[in-house]
Amino acid sequence: MSIRVSHLHKRFGSFVAVDDVSLEVPSGALVAFLGPSGSGKSTILRIIAGLENADSGSVFVNEEIANHLHPRARRIGFVFQHYALFRHMTVAQNIAFGLRVQGASRQEQASRVQDLLTLMNLEGLNDRYPAQLSGGQRQRVALARALAPKPKVLLLDEPFGAVDAKTREELRHWLRRLHDEMHVTSIFVTHDQEEAFSVADRVIVIHRGRVEQSGVPTEILDQPATEFVARFIGAANIYTTRAKDGFCQVGALAVAAPGIPDGGLVTLVIRFYDLKFWRDDQGGMATVVRTVSLGDRVTVEAVIDGAVTILSQFPRRSSLLLGIEPGVRIHIEVTTVRIYPQETHSDSSITPRLQAGACDSKPGVDQPQSDAE
Amino acid sequence: MRSRSAPKRLTLAQCVLLAVVVSYVGIVLLIPVGAIVVYALADGVQPLVDALHNTNVLHSLMLSFTLALIALVANGILGVGGALLLARHRFFGRRFLDALVDLPLAVSPVMTGLAFLLLFGRDGWFAPLLNAAGWKVTFAFPGLVIATLFVTFPFTIREVGHTLEELGTTEEEAAMTLGASPFATFWLVTLPNIRYGLGYGILLTTARALGEFGAVLVLGGAISGQTETATTFIYNALEERQDAAAYSMTLILVIASVLLLVGLEWMKRQRKKEV
Repeated sequence: MSIRVSHLHKRFGSFVAVDDVSLEVPSGALVAFLGPSGSGKSTILRIIAGLENADSGSVFVNEEIANHLHPRARRIGFVFQHYALFRHMTVAQNIAFGLRVQGASRQEQASRVQDLLTLMNLEGLNDRYPAQLSGGQRQRVALARALAPKPKVLLLDEPFGAVDAKTREELRHWLRRLHDEMHVTSIFVTHDQEEAFSVADRVIVIHRGRVEQSGVPTEILDQPATEFVARFIGAANIYTTRAKDGFCQVGALAVAAPGIPDGGLVTLVIRFYDLKFWRDDQGGMATVVRTVSLGDRVTVEAVIDGAVTILSQFPRRSSLLLGIEPGVRIHIEVTTVRIYPQETHSDSSITPRLQAGACDSKPGVDQPQSDAE
Repeated sequence: MRSRSAPKRLTLAQCVLLAVVVSYVGIVLLIPVGAIVVYALADGVQPLVDALHNTNVLHSLMLSFTLALIALVANGILGVGGALLLARHRFFGRRFLDALVDLPLAVSPVMTGLAFLLLFGRDGWFAPLLNAAGWKVTFAFPGLVIATLFVTFPFTIREVGHTLEELGTTEEEAAMTLGASPFATFWLVTLPNIRYGLGYGILLTTARALGEFGAVLVLGGAISGQTETATTFIYNALEERQDAAAYSMTLILVIASVLLLVGLEWMKRQRKKEV
């Protein structure tokens, strides 16, 4: 079953949650809506499920308009962020609920419940109540419950947001496997890019109620369509500067900026992994300030002459790390840079805009003020 | 699970505060109730047994329990419906309606009785209508029902309302996406989830109905053998200096109160367990 939405709009009071969103999810695909919290991605999901009414725009399920269908008539399985398990029902009763209200026989219910318990690795938990389960188990019960009535589409709202990192990792692999076995069209919402890229076939980046970019993970990583995507995806150094003679100057570091007119204000986005540092005791253009080990990766923080900080990340055993230690002089090579001309002329100075903490691998995100999710 | 660690040592200030609270509760609650029990049983249980053979006593008790039962059923249904309406829907005038629910708590029951008297009394607004139909409301059973329903209105709707707010709507949404009709969603998901809140509200309603005095006195007139409820019986008995009968009836009400209190406490615990 394919899903298509066209020109969706939704406001909550004065807050615009969804702003003219059109997108398509082909039948059998596993798609991620990726965006910061408050970006409107959950609202889009809820509109598709019929839990929220759009102010305008249409939802098509298999090219049939579904706008006025009650949620129960849409045959869409929904997995809620905080599970939303029926607290007064056992695991088996929770899973059987959809079949029960749709009038399936007791035998049918029992056999489907048993199948799903096996599929979800929940054997023996039939008679437990939700309060007696771990987070990961609850999440799997929620999935089993959504899958029991054999929905045409599965929607998951931040499905792994409320479990610990290790369980999250397991659930991701497991969702991917499950999808490969069942081929039910699935959309999941996440603010975690690693989750989106590791699980989904296609990723749709959503920001301020709009679709910023839609594509397979490598497209989004390698060809960010907008400045927001470039900033949001992957950890990056972000500088605002002016072009001159085809170059942008960040302190002592010159970055080629072909085609940018002189004096044009630009935003430079340089991913941590698009940098190479070479030790250069004779001169160099920057000084290493510190190195931070993050398990399998090492973050190197340096100050470019002209007092601008730059961060890079290398695999722990990388040869690029040889001789890199606090205090040494380095030469910097930028392998890939993305340049976005700015329309607004705010300030002319070179402003380093490192976001989300110096050594965090999380991306820089413009925090929206309101949260509709 | 709450850990049951050894009680902490209290500071002097805490000791003083504790003493104040305990003596306050003692003076206001425990001693009066204890006094009633002592007085009622001063001459043994015989007066109590006698009282229970008195037709007036039995009649007023039956009347009180009937009124409580009516209030319980009516508030159970209206309370759930009203709470659902107020908690789950946004409509014009909702805030006003929400504030109005508390009106019976703010208005003195005597005033309530008087107000209904103005409506249904001999020269009241609805008198022509009632006379034409041949119905008698004031100083009759319907008047007692109206008075009781009015004063007990807020309890169930508030308790259920709080429970609904706490629950949120995601379980109901989950039920809908799984194909449940609105009725099935209510019956299988919402109602089981609010059952202890509802139970708590209903018990409060019962307690309030049994204890109501002012409104039923004004609107019912406390006519012995007709509109005399348990509380107005006590009042009349004291007036007529039948102290033994008054204390016996009071003791019965005290027993009912204790039972209700135990019920309330149980509901509260069950509710805590579920959340």
